[in-house]
Amino acid sequence: MRIEGKGLIDRAHPVRFRFDGVSYGGFEGDTVASALLANGVRLMGRSFKYHRPRGVLTAGSEEPNALMEIGTGAARTPNVRATMQEIYEGLEARSQNRVGPLHRDLLSINDLFPGVLGAGFYYKTFMWPRAFWEKLYEPVIRRAAGLGALSGQPDPGRYEKAFAHCDLLVIGAGPTGLMAALTAARAGADVILADENARLGGRLLSETEEIGGKPSALWVADMLDLLRDTGNVRIMTRTTITGAYDGGTYGALERVGQHRPETPDLPLECFWRIHAGQAVLAAGALERPLAFPMNDRPGIMLAGAVRTYLNRYGVAPGRNITLFACNDDAHRTALDLIEAGIRVTAVIDSRADATAQGDYRLLAGAQVIHSKGRRALREITVRHKGRQDTILTDCLAMSGGWNPSVHLTCHMNARPIWNDRIKGFVPAPGAVPGLTAAGACAGIYATHACLTAGVDAAKTALKALGKSAPGVAVPAASDQTGAVQALWYVDGKGRAWLDFANDVTTKDIRLAARENFRSVEHMKRYTTQGMAPDQGKNSNMAALALLADATGRGIAETGTTTYRPPYVPVSISAMAAGAGGKGFAPERFTTSHAATVARGAPMIEAGLWYRPGYFPARGETTWRQSCDREVAMVRDAVGICDVSTLGKIDIQGPDAAAFLDFVYTNMFSTLKPGRVRYGLMLREDGHVMDDGTTARLSDTHFVMTTTTAAAGQVMTHLDFVHQALRPDLDVRFISVTEHWAQFAIAGPRSRDLLNSLLDSPIDGESWPFMACGPVSVHGVAGRLFRISFSGEHAYEIAVPARYGDALFRDLVARAETLGGGPYGMEALNVLRIEKGFITHAEIHGRVTAFDIGMERMISPGKDCIGKTASMRAGLTGPEREQLVGLKPVGAVKQLTSGAHLFEPDADPVRVNDLGYVTSVCFSPTFGTYLGLGFLKNGRARHGDTVKHVDHLRGLETLCEICDPVFFDPEGARVRG
Amino acid sequence: MRITCPLCGDRDSREFSIRGHETYLDRPAPDAGEAAWDNYLHLRDNPAGETAELWYHGAGCAAWLRVRRNTLTHEVLKVDLVRDLTGGDHAD
Ligand SMILES: [Zn+2]
Repeated sequence: MRIEGKGLIDRAHPVRFRFDGVSYGGFEGDTVASALLANGVRLMGRSFKYHRPRGVLTAGSEEPNALMEIGTGAARTPNVRATMQEIYEGLEARSQNRVGPLHRDLLSINDLFPGVLGAGFYYKTFMWPRAFWEKLYEPVIRRAAGLGALSGQPDPGRYEKAFAHCDLLVIGAGPTGLMAALTAARAGADVILADENARLGGRLLSETEEIGGKPSALWVADMLDLLRDTGNVRIMTRTTITGAYDGGTYGALERVGQHRPETPDLPLECFWRIHAGQAVLAAGALERPLAFPMNDRPGIMLAGAVRTYLNRYGVAPGRNITLFACNDDAHRTALDLIEAGIRVTAVIDSRADATAQGDYRLLAGAQVIHSKGRRALREITVRHKGRQDTILTDCLAMSGGWNPSVHLTCHMNARPIWNDRIKGFVPAPGAVPGLTAAGACAGIYATHACLTAGVDAAKTALKALGKSAPGVAVPAASDQTGAVQALWYVDGKGRAWLDFANDVTTKDIRLAARENFRSVEHMKRYTTQGMAPDQGKNSNMAALALLADATGRGIAETGTTTYRPPYVPVSISAMAAGAGGKGFAPERFTTSHAATVARGAPMIEAGLWYRPGYFPARGETTWRQSCDREVAMVRDAVGICDVSTLGKIDIQGPDAAAFLDFVYTNMFSTLKPGRVRYGLMLREDGHVMDDGTTARLSDTHFVMTTTTAAAGQVMTHLDFVHQALRPDLDVRFISVTEHWAQFAIAGPRSRDLLNSLLDSPIDGESWPFMACGPVSVHGVAGRLFRISFSGEHAYEIAVPARYGDALFRDLVARAETLGGGPYGMEALNVLRIEKGFITHAEIHGRVTAFDIGMERMISPGKDCIGKTASMRAGLTGPEREQLVGLKPVGAVKQLTSGAHLFEPDADPVRVNDLGYVTSVCFSPTFGTYLGLGFLKNGRARHGDTVKHVDHLRGLETLCEICDPVFFDPEGARVRG
Repeated sequence: MRITCPLCGDRDSREFSIRGHETYLDRPAPDAGEAAWDNYLHLRDNPAGETAELWYHGAGCAAWLRVRRNTLTHEVLKVDLVRDLTGGDHAD
């Protein structure tokens, strides 16, 4: 029922929305919950296990009952708290966890058998037979128990991630937070003020008290102006700080677009990482429900929430409202209701010495012991002075006192401390470095004390930031705190709910204690108390107190469960924002990319790079046709391949050669300028890290190439070796991978092609195998290396990257006139396997120089990284699996990489495993499959037969063991 | 966690990669013997409290850093350039 003249809603802007298909009206500033209450709708959901009718309990993000699906189709979001969801024109809300209409949920039959579904029922009931669990019990339970459901389709919603930095993060914009933010901003600090509500003010929006002689809502509006005037405050409303992390980092979830009709340029949510020099936690407190029998009916809600609906939204949640409390604070609910003209039937206070603060009927020393009403509250039973009376009422406002919101202070392992004055836990000092808890979240409840605490907390933060604090006057405000009695539960006939969302009752906690789940963590897991979306915000204290009583301990001794982030549920979509599909992964394109794609080459990912698989020619329908043609083209004429993705490191300095001697196993100081050498690099543990060629351009200038895969790892390694181990060496190096476009020109016609291109022709004498040097390409200064990864007479030519596209097109055109063309990764792989060249398929991190037959490359005359460890026992010898070539010799002709090797007559099981296959290809040159692999004592077994077994593909192939170099073992062609 | 790089300033830990304990700075001589090399390569304490580790500012200045930090509180106590510890010179 809407109350005229009350509330902060915008009555000039009516809004229509739908709940379960029925259209309702509300106003801008309403939540779904406040608008439904205004329309007299009290039934908003069904409970998790028993499918009991439930209404709204709270007015905040801790709501356990009024969880709804918002939106339709793929974009719908389940478990949205109706107390936080603002209404907008056309909003679609649906109740969840029901079969059939909400008011006649067919699964409410569960409510008739609460004994079956008590704590631990999963463990006890469904033990046997085992197969029934998967096929019968679990599907049935999953159908019956649960909250909202996802659409099952990809979420089309837009989400973002963002970062923010500030001197001071103020968490919560109630009286404490507002004063803290203003104090810090006036001191010149860069402040972020975050609050999860749509507007600033916190509890002040829900109360009728005055600050500085003004209604508190007006004072809040003035504060907003003052904060804006400083120019130092970034105000983030609808932003919940979800977690406190190391080094002053905070997670935050901002509801950017969820409160308005779909707006294409706004994300729904944004997940923030805020880095703050200091933080003030002014998160306030959460009111506690009272666990009396049948306390879960729609119409029973928290007293503070009733004041919020009345004062902030102008809504009376009932016509005859009763109050049940154990503290003074709750009495102002009655005063506010009477002031607004709502009938207050009685105030039931559990304290015998409670006094009325106004003109209402007070039942002191009384308790509510029962309630009735099928779909909403109709009457309650009160025990008072030994009598039981029935009171007809449609709304019961309850209050068990308040719990400071200590959650964030516990995210870094600290435990809160029990405070007997407020009957609640308060933050441990210094719980989160750089964070000061102030105001209600620190157990300070009087408004004036909160305002003062805000100023003081800001001063503490400013001091840590090295800034001097300005004088900020604290306005006049209420200094009432009020007394509270510890009342956690009321005994009586019937179930008393603690955890509304997970349907956990006082009986379940007692059962857990009886069955010896005495630890609060065990109790939680056994009963599921505190494991619902509200994470126990409404139930932890009472459950803890009940467990303490049941086990004969105090509350402080029993302790709390662990508070973990996030403070409110965070959608995976928000945390994964930007990570769908390619997301933020960069794409590295070579200079030949456009020309390659234009030729229809399918691109394959190599790390972040994209490289062509093959270049389909007219009439080719399979990759093998293209690959076979490209291999033959290189062997017979000339092929062009972009090899720019290999890491290129420019190394200069008087000690460059000495540095290379230390990082490579072989010698580079003996390499002459104008020559290239193959180098092998080990890790310090004696295993192979990477390989590649390094060219000496002058006495003090080298260019190292790494494999594409290990370019980053090698650079990190070189930095380590230089900075940590060999700072004595005068050498500098930098990655130049992107600066040079480099192309392989491979095949018997490679020199013919080059001589049609270069400004000065070359010959075999001036450019022998492994020569390098400067060349001029159409007047552009480039570099030429006579190196080969195909076994053919081949070169690699490098030009500054800006000429790469033009050079690639030119090279391909010239190659085509010579019967050649471009080739891709598939052909490159075949060419290198035929030649027995290794890649990271072979040097996969567990192989040594000995394993790949390169132990003689470890120079005896010098130390190098990995040398000592490479000589350890067990890293050399016949027991090692050694690199071999494999050729099929039986009826089956196929090889697969990943297959394992066995003796031909051995059972192909693990104990008989002799090795494995790392690379295979179909070789058009030999007309057969070829493989490279590692075989125990393999080098001594050339000519023997092994059985290649691929259990995954069901393949068995007999192979001849041979030298890994299948093609041109003498190397005549490469020198040709 | 955040690390203050002496060259780049206060940065998110995701800009860095860790190599392990600072033991890696004390590379034994080639003839130091098996025990010394075993210790260098493989044997590490797992301290609950203060430790000193080597971190690489790969998404920043490419400096190797020695980070003294507390494994219990995640507090970073001190960050040094490895170059300063090993007597290396600075790139200019
Ligand atoms: Zn740095």
